Amino acid sequence: MDSTQVIEDGIEKSELLRFSTCGSVDDGKSTLIGRLLYDSKSLFEDQLDALERSVTLSGELKVNLANLTDGLRAEREQGITIDVAYRYLATPKRKFIIADTPGHIQYTRNMVTGASTANLAVILIDARKGVIEQTRRHSYIASLLGIPHLVLCVNKMDLVDFDKKVYDSICDDYEKFSSRLDIKDITYIPMSALDGDNIVDLSPKMPWYKGPSFLSFLETLHIVNDRNFSDPRFPVQWVIRPRSDEYHDFRAFSGQMACGVFKVGDDVLSLPAGKRSRIKEILHLDQSLDLAFTPMSVAIRLEDEIDVSRGDVLVHPDHIPYVSNEIEAMVCWMHEMPLLSGRKYFLKHLNQTSKAVIKEVIFRTDINDLTENYDVPSLSLNEIGKVKIKTQAKLVFDNYKRCRSTGSFILIDEATHATVAAGMICEPANNIPMPQYDGYVI
Amino acid sequence: MEHYRLSHLDTLESESIHIMREVAAEFQQPVLLFSGGKDSLVMLRIAEKAFRPAKLPFPVMHIDTGHNFPEVLKFRDDLIESIGEQLIVRTVEDAIQKGIAVETADGNVSRNRLQSPTLLSAIEEFKFDAAFGGGRRDEEKARAKERIFSFRDEFGQWDPKNQRPELWNIYNGRTFEGENIRVFPISNWTELDVWQYIEREKMEIPSIYFAHERDVFYRDDQWLSTGEYMAPRRNEMVQKKTVRFRTIGDMVCTGAIESTCSTVADIITEIAAFRVSERGGRADDRFSETAMEDRKKEGYF
Ligand SMILES: Nc1nc2c(ncn2[C@@H]2O[C@H](COP(=O)(O)OP(=O)(O)O)[C@@H](O)[C@H]2O)c(=O)[nH]1
Repeated sequence: MDSTQVIEDGIEKSELLRFSTCGSVDDGKSTLIGRLLYDSKSLFEDQLDALERSVTLSGELKVNLANLTDGLRAEREQGITIDVAYRYLATPKRKFIIADTPGHIQYTRNMVTGASTANLAVILIDARKGVIEQTRRHSYIASLLGIPHLVLCVNKMDLVDFDKKVYDSICDDYEKFSSRLDIKDITYIPMSALDGDNIVDLSPKMPWYKGPSFLSFLETLHIVNDRNFSDPRFPVQWVIRPRSDEYHDFRAFSGQMACGVFKVGDDVLSLPAGKRSRIKEILHLDQSLDLAFTPMSVAIRLEDEIDVSRGDVLVHPDHIPYVSNEIEAMVCWMHEMPLLSGRKYFLKHLNQTSKAVIKEVIFRTDINDLTENYDVPSLSLNEIGKVKIKTQAKLVFDNYKRCRSTGSFILIDEATHATVAAGMICEPANNIPMPQYDGYVI
Repeated sequence: MEHYRLSHLDTLESESIHIMREVAAEFQQPVLLFSGGKDSLVMLRIAEKAFRPAKLPFPVMHIDTGHNFPEVLKFRDDLIESIGEQLIVRTVEDAIQKGIAVETADGNVSRNRLQSPTLLSAIEEFKFDAAFGGGRRDEEKARAKERIFSFRDEFGQWDPKNQRPELWNIYNGRTFEGENIRVFPISNWTELDVWQYIEREKMEIPSIYFAHERDVFYRDDQWLSTGEYMAPRRNEMVQKKTVRFRTIGDMVCTGAIESTCSTVADIITEIAAFRVSERGGRADDRFSETAMEDRKKEGYF
């Protein structure tokens, strides 16, 4: 692959794909990413130099591709990746952001972090070991975090003589398990990361495999339709008010389209207050746009002088979200200090931070076998469960499965300011009443 | 649905705008750190996209090593004036005189390290609680794990082991009195993205990014510029070469490369074909593999 093509093919066409990688220690995750960077020429010479240096220092002779992706010194010393590291890769067709996360159970929170923005989960399996507990755990996290696509990389095929039967039985096992998950699209690829089989090019050692190479899969995966374009949601982030002579009465609401599409002339409802207006103009610096779709950052001007400020959400009156200060959500606990029912937290959702208290832990999910344990008082670091939360301010939200941005939140400890949990809002159980805005005049 | 496709540059831009607005909304006293280099130029452009037609809700500040290229300083002043924003300059020189920063005996040593104490003292002086920096995760291994909202303790230090998890696009910007954060709005951009953006936005950049003739000498595998602060050693021969700079920093340690690029498009082609990463051209990163990590712990941005 020639990197200058990146330019020639035009920068406007190229799309961004974010994927997270998960694997148990020694499945070959670092090797796979290193291989991808190496073979796609995304590595630089001095990185290679540095690589060779660290290799000789530690007395290994072979170029260790895994070293490319291990970051901080402490981690190098321990010989494992313990945080989320981001890598960048460009091919003539796409730009990639890789969230590289560790696989141990004690790093569940890192996996959750890496998965939160991913379009695709890359899960590695050692062909000799097949589907193991960690594979199931990673898959569950990918499913919980709403990653729409998953690719199962059956690695180290060289160690099982590139045997189709081994591969097929692993795929069967996984198929059975994954029917319990919420992932729409699953792909399987047999490979050897170490030797580069089926990574960039298809390998002659596995003629029975008819699918794409790993890189060509990454380049062609269809991701546009994964986003929600049907429910317009515009959380107001910052009000632009120049107060200059030239822009005397100018007021625009800026923010990022969380989901859906807004067009000039569309009716809008500002929630939670319920005031109604219409879109007069959509601005992007000095350009006036006809429409804005997720995830664009724009500024919106309304026909009427209604009172809108940071934290409010502009929606379309025909597609109304939930408005409530009680929610049920799946949360992943991310802090050493366990969840305490009754303790005060801050809940940050969209552009609003509200005081919140956890009323109840409904159940804890055993992330190895996916069973639900009721009667648990709390959640500890790296545990996942369903909770009931009450907030001081009203939240304007959707089910996380419907819209990732309006359905997600973080919990912040009031005393330490640490981020203690990541949450995904569930469909309200007892059918909370839809907000009623009579004729939308309030 | 196909027409709702956003290019990678627009996606990155949108993410960066969102980050800047979050900081403006949640912090009392933000500041944008600006060097005149390409990354800080992109940040400034994004700030304009986030807040125009209003003025930026924060000042722009340059921590000047005193060893800057004169072309860059002029460019900086002209640009800030033309967009009508406020520029604060704090110099390493001043910090040395006040005893905040201490220069090492060897005059040829880079002053990049002295930027840290100078920055910290400026942060204290203005009570800044958030500082935008142009760092990118593709620059260096340690950066690859740094958060977009990156916390500094009272001593301005970064603790890589104790970072807040960062999920979706929800940023936790809660700080206590005396704490502050560095914010990296272009964390997810690569060097190539930055250049493509400069090209697309038709942005002006300092002339030293383009090929020009310069008196240089060879040291540590790179061409260094002769000048007031930088003398060749006895065995180092000064030559006239056609060179350009890939990064803009301290004259003492920023190496030039031989190049004939005269436009941004040329630069993009050159970068795409390049096999030496950008920081390879900075002498002060070469001390050790973990140089950046060490410096960041000292409060370097
Ligand atoms: N035979 C073989 N070994 C592999 C393959 N991929 C990785 N390895 C080796 O497996 C070990 C662990 O790989 P590494 O990438 O560090 O795993 P990680 O812990 O998942 O990042 C290393 O010694 C690799 O060289 C493969 O496809 N075939």
